[in-house]
Amino acid sequence: MRHTLVMLMSTSDNNLALAAAGGDAAAFSALLERHYDRLFRLCFRLTGAQAEAEDLTQDICAALPAKLQHYRGEAAITTWLYRVAVNAAHDRRRRQASHQKAATGWGDWEINRQAANAEAAEAVDWLTQAMRALPADLRDTLALVLDDVTHREAGEILGVSEGTISWRISEAKKQLAQMRQTEETQ
Amino acid sequence: MSDDLNDLKNLMDAATPAPNAAARAKNIALAQKNFETLQGSRNGARLTSDRPNKGFISGVKNMLNQMTSRAGLTASTALIAVGLVAFTPIGEGLLNPGDFWETNVTSAVQENATGGSVSAGNADITLGGYAEFGIGYSEDRSADEVEIYNFRLRNPAPIERDLGLPGSTRGRDSSRPFADEMLAQSDLALGNAADQAAAAPQTLSRRALSESIALGAIVAEEAPALTPRFDQDFDTINPSDPNTETFANEKPNPVKITTETPVSTFSIDMDTASYAVIRNSLTNGQMPNPSAVRIEEMVNYFTYDYPAPTEGNAFQPTVSVTQTPWNADTQLVQIGLQGAVPDVADRPPLNLVFLIDTSGSMSSANKLPLLKQSFALMLAQLRPEDQVAIVTYAGSAGQVLAPTPAGDRSTILAALNNLGAGGATAGQAGLQQAYATAAAMAKEGDVNRVILATDGDFNVGLNDPEALKTYIADKRNSGTYLSVLGFGRGNLDDATMQALAQNGNGTAAYIDTLSEAQKVLVDQLTGALFPIANDVKIQVEFNPAQISEYRLIGYETRALRREDFNNNKVDAGDIGAGHQVTALYEVTPVGSPAELNDALRYGDAAAPAAGASDELAFLRLRYKAPGEATSQLIETPITATDASDAGFAAAMAGFGHLLRDSTYVGDWSYTDAIALANATRGSDPFGYRAEAIQLLRLAQSLSR
Repeated sequence: MRHTLVMLMSTSDNNLALAAAGGDAAAFSALLERHYDRLFRLCFRLTGAQAEAEDLTQDICAALPAKLQHYRGEAAITTWLYRVAVNAAHDRRRRQASHQKAATGWGDWEINRQAANAEAAEAVDWLTQAMRALPADLRDTLALVLDDVTHREAGEILGVSEGTISWRISEAKKQLAQMRQTEETQ
Repeated sequence: MSDDLNDLKNLMDAATPAPNAAARAKNIALAQKNFETLQGSRNGARLTSDRPNKGFISGVKNMLNQMTSRAGLTASTALIAVGLVAFTPIGEGLLNPGDFWETNVTSAVQENATGGSVSAGNADITLGGYAEFGIGYSEDRSADEVEIYNFRLRNPAPIERDLGLPGSTRGRDSSRPFADEMLAQSDLALGNAADQAAAAPQTLSRRALSESIALGAIVAEEAPALTPRFDQDFDTINPSDPNTETFANEKPNPVKITTETPVSTFSIDMDTASYAVIRNSLTNGQMPNPSAVRIEEMVNYFTYDYPAPTEGNAFQPTVSVTQTPWNADTQLVQIGLQGAVPDVADRPPLNLVFLIDTSGSMSSANKLPLLKQSFALMLAQLRPEDQVAIVTYAGSAGQVLAPTPAGDRSTILAALNNLGAGGATAGQAGLQQAYATAAAMAKEGDVNRVILATDGDFNVGLNDPEALKTYIADKRNSGTYLSVLGFGRGNLDDATMQALAQNGNGTAAYIDTLSEAQKVLVDQLTGALFPIANDVKIQVEFNPAQISEYRLIGYETRALRREDFNNNKVDAGDIGAGHQVTALYEVTPVGSPAELNDALRYGDAAAPAAGASDELAFLRLRYKAPGEATSQLIETPITATDASDAGFAAAMAGFGHLLRDSTYVGDWSYTDAIALANATRGSDPFGYRAEAIQLLRLAQSLSR
């Protein structure tokens, strides 16, 4: 087993992913080991909080085996993984939104919990806060581009055109600059 | 990337924390678990006799499953029925209770068949007391086109007639069996609706699982419950457990030139573990690891027709020279030792300490449970005056059964059955306690033996084979013997087991099945537990005038230095009562075309001793009677007149060569090995040889 792992380290990520899609457990472990940190980094940028990022990564890890079975090698595995992560983040946000909607007005316990959450959110630094304040699509785009993804790839991942990505980036920069300004003037 | 974006990126990089190591490990483990589970659950849905989404009955089931509630179904049906009664000609007919069946229902159905997609329904309010059922079917797979027909039946005859209509639109030409089937299944469809509803969540979950619609669908806690797990006990094929098996082996013995090294010395080996490990691998569908193959243990697994020793002798050596099956130009020298069988009736009492590994790694069915069964088998062979103690070790060692007379079987069996697996493996602590217990049980004239049952996984305390060797060698002088029984695969530490058995005056056997336990612990109990000769060493001196080259087959791990033969301090293997040991040499006669080494141009060997020129070799044996410190010597010449046919031992040796990918056998193949084994099978009362031939055939298929 160990022997095969060593051999696998030299094969390309896409081959690894295809092998994993075909049911090779060793390939799957190797793939995940290699990409876990990058996945977590993106999750952190998409969520803006460590605990949430861990949860999101867990969600992705749990569902990854099933998703990987549909991977056919059309896109690079990193692109594909990013797409999975972004979609997972969307799903999670949607769930949280509906949960919050359902939870509003739930009495003291929920109010206290929300307050505690808000406090925790204040603790994180300015940038992550600002990121969280951005609209979801801008945040996703920014997270990807800050992770050295090209505009074209980001467009592929998010399913929009390259031009849209460039526009979103400039928009995000604008909004961040604005936020910074208000911060400084206060 | 613009500058401000770069600043942002740097800020972001600084803000991004490293992933939590524990969470990372947990998440990866979760993903691997799900991956594995998914591999197991790829089988399609269980096959049923119903075609999916087709047919009236499954249509009804679908309809009932898909409707949000039975009440909703009833309400909407009632609504349509009321509408029909109030606003259609059928309703007029129904309100006028004349000959309604002949005129109205038939016409309604005909209207359906011709007019198309309008659903026809009938009210159950007005005409209670008739048999009733609803039939839904879809003409193709899209479920939204389900049409619902409600028929009201007075007797089965109209069913047959009227159902001909919808039946014909679906291309069914025989309406009779269809109607019967429908009648037979109608209560099934309705009566089982509750079960269907109960089963529905499971169906949905499975779908979610296999199609992976929802991201969070597979969470750790749910996965095992949803999917069937096939926990087979083949550790070797379980991808999650890293295989940590280690085997004790050396490079195959090289061909030696008689003129350079005329003397070959080795210790006998009574172990059979290697053969059982090979059998286990092959029956699990894998070629064994070549380093797991120790040819001498394969040969020694079987018994051969050697003459019994004469009265007063511990054993009788037998030598024979045969044609090598895989090389026409060489010969095989077979040396067989037959141990004496002392009178079993007056054997000395036995003090046995079962030292049982109960660490977590022993939990699978082919380890601790098999071990319990094996010991229970053996217990039946013991006598009331024998004593048994049980020491277990996991994270720590402990005595679970104080020395108990073997006659008290229920106590011993109860103690055995209470054993459970869990924890680490403090093998050394266990050994210490077992030897201490054995020392406490020792009485003059008794045979003391520690029987260690383990998967070889010593991970607490001394775990280096070398360090264990030293420890055991120290204990061996106390007169306590050690037997090592290996169980299970996956982390079988054959190297440690060999180190223990070889240095503890004992044998190593590998128990993979209950029949192997029967062979080792019941059939050969006397031999396994009563040594008749200790430190048995074999030395063969070849005659350079007859033999130019020779090669010892197997015994790589048992090689001794030439000077150790006469040294009584050097440990060697022991032979048990009635046991046999077989050793094979492949020898090349002088002048044979099979000679691998060219003659030296300058040097020349010393002239052979006069008067011994017709001898091929000279066999010397040394052994100690149990409990004695000085060895006795047996000497026999080996001559060409000892010739006989190549036997089963040669076939097994060839098998071993094939498994080790040895170059010495040339083009000799499994086919030849099978043919030879079949031809030399002889009497095989226990079927061991037949089993070996099966293994050969398996190996032949697997190696292709």
